[in-house]
Amino acid sequence: MSAANKEIRPPVIELGVMGWLRKNLFSNWYNSLLTIFGLYLLYILIPPLVNWIFLDANFVGSTRDDCTNEGACWIFIQQNIKLIFYGLYPTEELWRINFVYLILLISGVYLLIPNLKHKGWVGAFLLVIFPIICVVMLSGGLGLEAVETRLWGGLFLTLVIAGVGIVLSLPIGVMLALGRRSKLPVVSLLCTIFIEIWRGVPLITVLFMASNMFPLFMPEGVNFDKLIRALIGVMFFSAAYLAEVVRGGLQAMPKGQYEASQAVGLTYWRMMALVILPQSLKMVIPAIIGSFIAIFKDTTLVLVIGLFDFLGIIQFVGTNPDWLGFSHEGYVFAAAVFWVFCYAMSWYSQRLEKKLDTGR
Amino acid sequence: METDKSKLGSFLFNRSVQGVFYQLITLGLVALGIYYIVTNTARNMLERGLASGFHFLGVESQFDIGMTLIEYSPTSTYFDSFIVGLLNTLLVAGIGILFATIIGFTVGIMRLSSNWLIAKIAEAYVEILRNIPLLLQIFFWYFAVLRALPKPKQSLELYDSFFLNNRGLFIPDTVFGEGSSIIFYLLWLTIIISIGIFIWAKRRQNRTGERFPALYVSTALILGTFFISLAATGFPVSFEYPELKGFNFKGGVKLIPELVALTFALAMYTASFIAEVVRGGIMAVSKGQTEAAKSVGLKQNLILRLIIIPQALRVIVPPLTNQYLNLTKNSSLAAAIAYPDLVLVFAGTALMQTGQAIEIIGMVMGVYLFLSLFTSLIMNLFNRFMKVDGER
Repeated sequence: MSAANKEIRPPVIELGVMGWLRKNLFSNWYNSLLTIFGLYLLYILIPPLVNWIFLDANFVGSTRDDCTNEGACWIFIQQNIKLIFYGLYPTEELWRINFVYLILLISGVYLLIPNLKHKGWVGAFLLVIFPIICVVMLSGGLGLEAVETRLWGGLFLTLVIAGVGIVLSLPIGVMLALGRRSKLPVVSLLCTIFIEIWRGVPLITVLFMASNMFPLFMPEGVNFDKLIRALIGVMFFSAAYLAEVVRGGLQAMPKGQYEASQAVGLTYWRMMALVILPQSLKMVIPAIIGSFIAIFKDTTLVLVIGLFDFLGIIQFVGTNPDWLGFSHEGYVFAAAVFWVFCYAMSWYSQRLEKKLDTGR
Repeated sequence: METDKSKLGSFLFNRSVQGVFYQLITLGLVALGIYYIVTNTARNMLERGLASGFHFLGVESQFDIGMTLIEYSPTSTYFDSFIVGLLNTLLVAGIGILFATIIGFTVGIMRLSSNWLIAKIAEAYVEILRNIPLLLQIFFWYFAVLRALPKPKQSLELYDSFFLNNRGLFIPDTVFGEGSSIIFYLLWLTIIISIGIFIWAKRRQNRTGERFPALYVSTALILGTFFISLAATGFPVSFEYPELKGFNFKGGVKLIPELVALTFALAMYTASFIAEVVRGGIMAVSKGQTEAAKSVGLKQNLILRLIIIPQALRVIVPPLTNQYLNLTKNSSLAAAIAYPDLVLVFAGTALMQTGQAIEIIGMVMGVYLFLSLFTSLIMNLFNRFMKVDGER
């Protein structure tokens, strides 16, 4: 065998685990130093955390006296799970909330499975009939016992506020974006002022406004529910942010698309609905989902005006004299739940971005 | 008859006529809506016996505030409470922005590190912190960390001058003695001169292509003048250290736990967004730029300083100011842990006492709106300054 035939292999040191370690962790002296520093950081953070959450934690029991181990007392969460998930909603009516969750889950899974027929109908059902089912099932009517919204709470209330905020703010946001880009100066000016005012102030002042000023705006005798007032505030606030996102998409649309649709004689609304919006909304889907994540996180602020959302109820449960001193457990649990929701949304958005990237 | 009809038709279907018509309808609807709200409000306020107007601002407030940067007592007016709240908001926003920038740039650069472990740690930081609501983080730092700290006697301490306990963070205070005002004037003067040097250096480089080491010269000028004047006036600046007296600390500067928790949470949370901005900005500079710079023989540190950073900064700065603005607006969450910021003091306590909902919420929203517009103004100036000549 001649030397020329021999396959030339890279030096052993660049292959395998050792090669990877060398290349990525110990390529030179300061990288080695950084690696050692990083390992030390992980060493002081991770083991105590794992011990506290899992190894030394208490999982079985019914009162605080059962928490004998050093670590977290998850019995605190277990014992209050109904409050945390459903608030003060009457126990015998909880099936109504679960029923709504079930419908949402089934149709959501149906929409996510690729290559199924009639997705359009399922989507239309979710947007048109499902909200009516929600209102009837959750607040009562048609023979169901009425449940006042002051009894709503926990994760359920967070999902209601975020869901309504997300679903209603998108169409309003699209209309505002179209208005701001309109050639009619009055419409464009009004939309710009509206968007900039909502975007310029913090959500907390919007909620203060909704709870303090809104009653003054209404004629005598008209009194809105506190939840509805908060919903209106959240809706307009997120609509303004979405409007700017959608406007970005509209601006990124090549001018030829507008000219071509006008050339084939489409009216303004047909041009927008059939040509421009489908393309530009697709372009900004990641940013729209980013706004949805922001809305979801911002729902926590409603506790400032006295609604007991997920975080609010965890604060409230922590003040129960039977369970004082377990705030760490409550916050860690809440953080984990919020994190799972937000991370799932951002993961889905990244997947969608790859799928929709039809190449340019 | 026929021509009349078509004339009418062409009038009705004329684009600009339709435009005017739609705008008149929109304007009319908005005006009607505003009229509806205003009349309702006027009647409601009349019924509740509320007088509209800003007379209440001159009235004695009769409440105290836990932390004030200016003289304030229950005999001060509502307007004073507004100023106190505003200053507290600006204080927390200023400190928060400083720390968020430092942490954010560090984490953002760490994410681009060639060291796998460091990059992953930075990624974990970003992914964890930005997916947890800010309010929850504020609660965590305030209720679960700072409130659980030991009493003053068992404070955590650093160099015998920084103390952290459940009453807050105690840091040394700087005391300015006789003659220290001269140092300040000189400091301002040298800063203004340095700005002048920068502008002159840029103009000269544009004209002749010659570089002037403006950064080194101005740093030397400012620091040199500062230390020389300090020595010349006989070091009129001294430090006052906090000391444990009885059950609490005396002397030094006391930062209340609400301020510490709020700043901490705001800085950590916003830093996770700033890190992404920084990473995106650096990645936006195309690889060809580095390669071209290498091929003309620039050294590594010069490539970074002259090629990468200036181009990355132009991408980074606009979203960065947006994050600063978000931080300022988010500082209003102070109300939830009772840090006396603008929202808590004015839209909370003052509103509860006077009932002047419209005036007070209008003023508070006005402050935030002003900050937003002011920031975008600064932004536009910056963009004009950073623009490469000849660029669109």
